Amino acid sequence: MTKTNVLRSSTFRLALLYMLLSGGSVVILLGFIYWATAGYMDRQTDATIEAEIRGLAEQYRRRGLAGLSAIIAERVTRDPSGASVYLLADDDLSPVVGNLSRWPDAETTGEGWIDFRLRDWGQDKSEEHQARARTFLLHSNLRLLVGRDVRELEATRRLIVNALAWGLAITLALALGVGLTMSAGVTRRIDAINQTSREIMEGDLSRRVPTYGTGDDFDRLADNLNRMLERIEWLMESVRQVSDNIAHDLRTPLTRLRTKLELARGPNEKPAQVREAVDQAVEDAEELLSTFNALLRIARIESGSRRSAFRELDLSRLLRDVAEFYEPLASHKGQHLEVDAPHALSVDGDRDLLFQALANLVDNAVKYTPRDGRITLSATTQNAGPQVAVADTGPGIPAETREKVFQRFYRIDNSRTTPGSGLGLSLVQAVVQLHGARIAIEDNHPGLRAVLRFRASAG
Amino acid sequence: MRVLLIEDDQQVVSYLLKALREVGAVADHAADGKEGLFLAAGEPYDALIVDRMLPKLDGLAIIRTLRASGNETPVLILSALGEVDDRVEGLRAGGDDYLVKPFAFSELHARLEALLRRGSVSSPETRLHIADLEMDLLTRRVTRGGQEIQLQPREFRLLEFLMRHAGQVVTRTMLLENVWDYHFDPQTNVIDVHISRLRAKIDKDFDSPLLHTVRGAGYVLRDQD
Repeated sequence: MTKTNVLRSSTFRLALLYMLLSGGSVVILLGFIYWATAGYMDRQTDATIEAEIRGLAEQYRRRGLAGLSAIIAERVTRDPSGASVYLLADDDLSPVVGNLSRWPDAETTGEGWIDFRLRDWGQDKSEEHQARARTFLLHSNLRLLVGRDVRELEATRRLIVNALAWGLAITLALALGVGLTMSAGVTRRIDAINQTSREIMEGDLSRRVPTYGTGDDFDRLADNLNRMLERIEWLMESVRQVSDNIAHDLRTPLTRLRTKLELARGPNEKPAQVREAVDQAVEDAEELLSTFNALLRIARIESGSRRSAFRELDLSRLLRDVAEFYEPLASHKGQHLEVDAPHALSVDGDRDLLFQALANLVDNAVKYTPRDGRITLSATTQNAGPQVAVADTGPGIPAETREKVFQRFYRIDNSRTTPGSGLGLSLVQAVVQLHGARIAIEDNHPGLRAVLRFRASAG
Repeated sequence: MRVLLIEDDQQVVSYLLKALREVGAVADHAADGKEGLFLAAGEPYDALIVDRMLPKLDGLAIIRTLRASGNETPVLILSALGEVDDRVEGLRAGGDDYLVKPFAFSELHARLEALLRRGSVSSPETRLHIADLEMDLLTRRVTRGGQEIQLQPREFRLLEFLMRHAGQVVTRTMLLENVWDYHFDPQTNVIDVHISRLRAKIDKDFDSPLLHTVRGAGYVLRDQD
């Protein structure tokens, strides 16, 4: 037995895809957060530097070089922590005034933004500092550098990047974990179904898919599969039952037939006796043939191919014809046969088959109703559609066997003394189902009532 | 009676040929559709018995070809296909009657006789009679020996069918199809009860019975003399 590999299961692939998608969206989200926070801090730094420059430029414009030097010196002393960086240098980059000991190597000439490192800076001399500054070329070949120490900023930026990286890692790990767990669960449920179907294919039809009572979609799937299996098992059981019954029911007349033919073959039989035996043998063969024909007929009706012969017909008229056909037989047996079908009831159907079905029902009623009993045929319109009923005052059928009477060869009278093939009601049911109708066997208090409920005609 | 049997099943053929000769018919045989059509078109037969499924040429095709060429010989179709649709298809092709396999020879014989009779009755009759039993189809009156007999509508149709086939054996299936107009298979012999009712009306008070039961086959309306 091979269990499904979790890594190859479709749910795991789904989980993996889900992980990639959620990882991607987390990366986009975190990227935006990074851009929003770190970018904001960068812009803040630049804005501070610009503000400083505006102040210095104002002094320079008003008081010239001397003013600029004075204000730089003043600011340096006012900011001993060294958060701001100033340097005024001459042509060969020697510092004139400011808190930088020398011009940074990073940028020797020109104007613009530069990033550079500071050593032996601020209060914490042991660490290397990061700085960002803007450089200007003043006339008389002086150079000015105005900047900020951005060590704190860099630390915050690293913190943010770290936090974002961890966030991404945790998200991916969680997605993977959840995906694995989920797919393992789903794989287990599917494996259970696969396992059951394999066992059934190996021949154990009593196996059922386990359910967990959670009522989820897998439980519903399992329930449906189990119901399907029950239906299949029932069908197979009834097929077996039918073939058993066929074998049993046909063996008796075949044996009888053989006995008669063997007697006829006997050496001392007179011609008249031989003829008699052969006649009886022919009758037995006829009976066998009609049983086979009835079986074939039921099978053909059940296949549903006869729907092509459906025409619109009047059920009441059909019922009156059946009643007229059976009336002589009923009165011959001293029964009262009444028909109550005053209104036309239109249905789509096969008139020969419906006649046959109704005839079988009436035939049974006539067979089992005692002398002076009453057989009532009625055709009425109910809410759901036309309804035809055949009721008698015979012995009826016990409630517990009412479903069984539709099985092929089932006979209430197990001694099989009354004539009949045990196929009559099977045929009725096949015909009724072909017409999309339902048949119910009910208690007539006393007697039996067979009710055929049709759907309202579409036309 | 000269009959052509077009059938490819050798067992059915030998059985039918023997049985047909026993009832006094002259029977020819063709084992495939082509030979059958050739014989049927060339020889004057009283009736054709045609199997539906044949090698070389389908039974219905034979009938269609014959009818198209103006040949009106009565045709009895034999077939394993017994549904109403198949029957209708067979009769539409020009067949006169349809018999589903397996069948009893008595059934085939009765139907064959009916077909031969059908050929000879051309003018519409208004009166039918056998011995002293008379039926007026216009006034729907039935008398025997001048004495009026009251019949139910269905009994009238039953008697009419029997009288139209007087002297021939009529099977129960034939009665169901022609008098009741339903193709079905009654579980008990309800037909027998109908017949005995009719018999009570037309035979009971008279010396010579006209309606007889033929064991294993059906009924016949026949004058004893």
